[in-house]
Amino acid sequence: MAHDTRSYPQKPADAYLFATCLVDQFAPEAGLDAVRLLEREGIAIHFPEQQTCCGQPAYTSGYPDEARAVARRQIELFPEAWPVIVPSGSCAAMMRHHYPKLFAGDPVLEPKARALGERIFELTEFLVHVVGFRREDRGEPCTVALHTSCHARREMGAHETSAALLAGLAEVTVAQQARAEECCGFGGTFAIRHPAISEAIVSDKVASLVDSGASRVVSADCGCLFNILGRAEHIDRAAGRGEPSLPGEHLASFLWRRTAGEQG
Amino acid sequence: MSEPIHFQPTTGFAERARAAAGDPALRRGFRGAMDFLQAKRLAQFPDAGDLATLRDLGAAIRRHALENLPQLLEQLEAKLVANGVQVHWAETPAQANAIVLDIAHRIDAKRMVKGKSMVSEEVGLNHAMEAAGIEAMETDMGEYIVQLAGEGPSHIIMPAIHKTKQQIAELFAARLPGVEYTENVDELIRIGREVLRRKFAAADIGLSGVNFAAADTGTLCLVENEGNGRMCTTVPRVHIAITGIEKVIARLDHVPLLNTLLPRSATGQAVETYQNFISGPRQPDELDGPDEVHLILLDNGRSQAHADLQLRATLQCIRCGACMNHCPVYARIGGHAYGTTYPGPIGAIISPHLLGIGATAALATASTLCGACNEVCPVRIPITEILIRLRNEAQARPAAVGALRGAGEARSALVSTIFRAWAAVYSHPALYRLVTWAMSRGRGLTPRTQGAWTGIRTPLIPARKRLRDLLAERRRQ
Repeated sequence: MAHDTRSYPQKPADAYLFATCLVDQFAPEAGLDAVRLLEREGIAIHFPEQQTCCGQPAYTSGYPDEARAVARRQIELFPEAWPVIVPSGSCAAMMRHHYPKLFAGDPVLEPKARALGERIFELTEFLVHVVGFRREDRGEPCTVALHTSCHARREMGAHETSAALLAGLAEVTVAQQARAEECCGFGGTFAIRHPAISEAIVSDKVASLVDSGASRVVSADCGCLFNILGRAEHIDRAAGRGEPSLPGEHLASFLWRRTAGEQG
Repeated sequence: MSEPIHFQPTTGFAERARAAAGDPALRRGFRGAMDFLQAKRLAQFPDAGDLATLRDLGAAIRRHALENLPQLLEQLEAKLVANGVQVHWAETPAQANAIVLDIAHRIDAKRMVKGKSMVSEEVGLNHAMEAAGIEAMETDMGEYIVQLAGEGPSHIIMPAIHKTKQQIAELFAARLPGVEYTENVDELIRIGREVLRRKFAAADIGLSGVNFAAADTGTLCLVENEGNGRMCTTVPRVHIAITGIEKVIARLDHVPLLNTLLPRSATGQAVETYQNFISGPRQPDELDGPDEVHLILLDNGRSQAHADLQLRATLQCIRCGACMNHCPVYARIGGHAYGTTYPGPIGAIISPHLLGIGATAALATASTLCGACNEVCPVRIPITEILIRLRNEAQARPAAVGALRGAGEARSALVSTIFRAWAAVYSHPALYRLVTWAMSRGRGLTPRTQGAWTGIRTPLIPARKRLRDLLAERRRQ
């Protein structure tokens, strides 16, 4: 399913954040920087405390009942008609495109899932198309590589919006990498079920990112980031390197820092 | 005379994949070939809008054929019979082989030449022929090479793609009498051709696959690049075509559109060198062509896919191989690791109907669901959605009536328990908050060894404070 062309709303006064389970527990700074970026644009961000996970791990592992049990709780969390912003293309695609399939045939939840799907925006998509993000780059010149997750790319078109945000930073050069559109080998439970194949794919990804000459990698998806950075760090440790050969961070954190945070 | 190999794909998949991924020569070979094929395909579709339209049309033609499959098969049979073609139906590989053997025995055949046919691989035809004392000779250069090596194809379009020219040079020198070692590719092809020429002339039966079978005219369409397909279908006195029941299309004039997609998607060629349209045996006023033409239509599990409205899309496939050419998993492990006739993404979704859900469960999980296959499929098969469905079926609780063959066989009590526990935590926000709070507070106790994850990566450690804690602090400030 290719990402669709959609019509975008005016910049709202209020919006929800669905942070995702990975951001909440493992990368909270990325979530906080996303909130800061959005609030600096004058949007009040609401974080429903009941949120947990989009349900994707069970959905892609052959456990649709378990996925539904988790997903149905998330569907209820956004009563106002505000946009729901997700700092992960993969989870955004799950909620926008796969919830309606997960609840297909359910007279109550399918329409709700469809209605929610219309309000789901991946963070970079929202920043480009709804906010019209344009802030001055206050950082030193640097070269970064962009990794876009497969679902963000193919189901949300986020490779274009992520690239557009980086292109708006005057001092940032985006390095060309070999096979930018190829998967990083994460694939959720795939990384655990098929470790040898995952290792081969992620090792190639790390090599092409390092070879790109970028000083760091940025991505709007934490799953890929943990996979890529965890692999790079493991290689560094095995080689006895103290300094990371491939540091990286969420695009939200990079953007927030480059545009000088509160002073931006 | 060897017996057919009965693969149990799940068994040993992890070991085969590990061995292949750890073989630098294999990795280099497949990477180079995949990069080459991807670039060639892309060059054939310079306009994204045109490509999208072509794919829409290709998908519509194939869906239309599958929606009308029973009627179209009846029409195809009637037209073929009227054209003088003998039509045979086979439910199983054994039946397909028995039909070929019956024909061979009736005409006292000793030698068969074969054009490229994946369905003949699927039924293990070569083994069945050998067992009956009939020489079955592959004439597609790639197929000839893997046959000479005693292997099967590792790609549905490029069977010998796993072999380097050095390996082929060694193979020819070792197996062909009087042939010296040479790495000159043109010379290797010339040697192969010389062997094959003699075989065409001496063969009693020519066997081929079918790319499209047009129901309105009773025409078998066969595309190829080497001319061996034309030789197999015209030189021997009997031509036997074998194909799956899904290859039927409603109209002959659907072929140009499908043939616009097929070679471009497969090998990045604008057109195949040979397009054969076979509409019957030699007529009295014709100079050449076979005396008899037979078509064997094989089911072998395809009806099961057809009966399910979601899985039916699997049968839209026109066997171009673009999904494997773009698959990050296939590129790392090659075709043999899958252990099935059809490897790669299309193999993972068609094999369950041929071999059972349980026997192929590992293949359905051997995908990151990255969607590269969906993006290039010329007939828009939603491969990753079908993979998710097959994962569901593999874990399904046993015993629904009308269940897919092998459904539930891969259900693991441990994994099921893990997901039940996961769902209990993540569908109860209070419990989730408690668990994640405890994980962050006790982050020092996080195991540094996290199964397969930390085999090659540093461990995942919860942050000191969760996002919800940071936001709460921010609100208080």
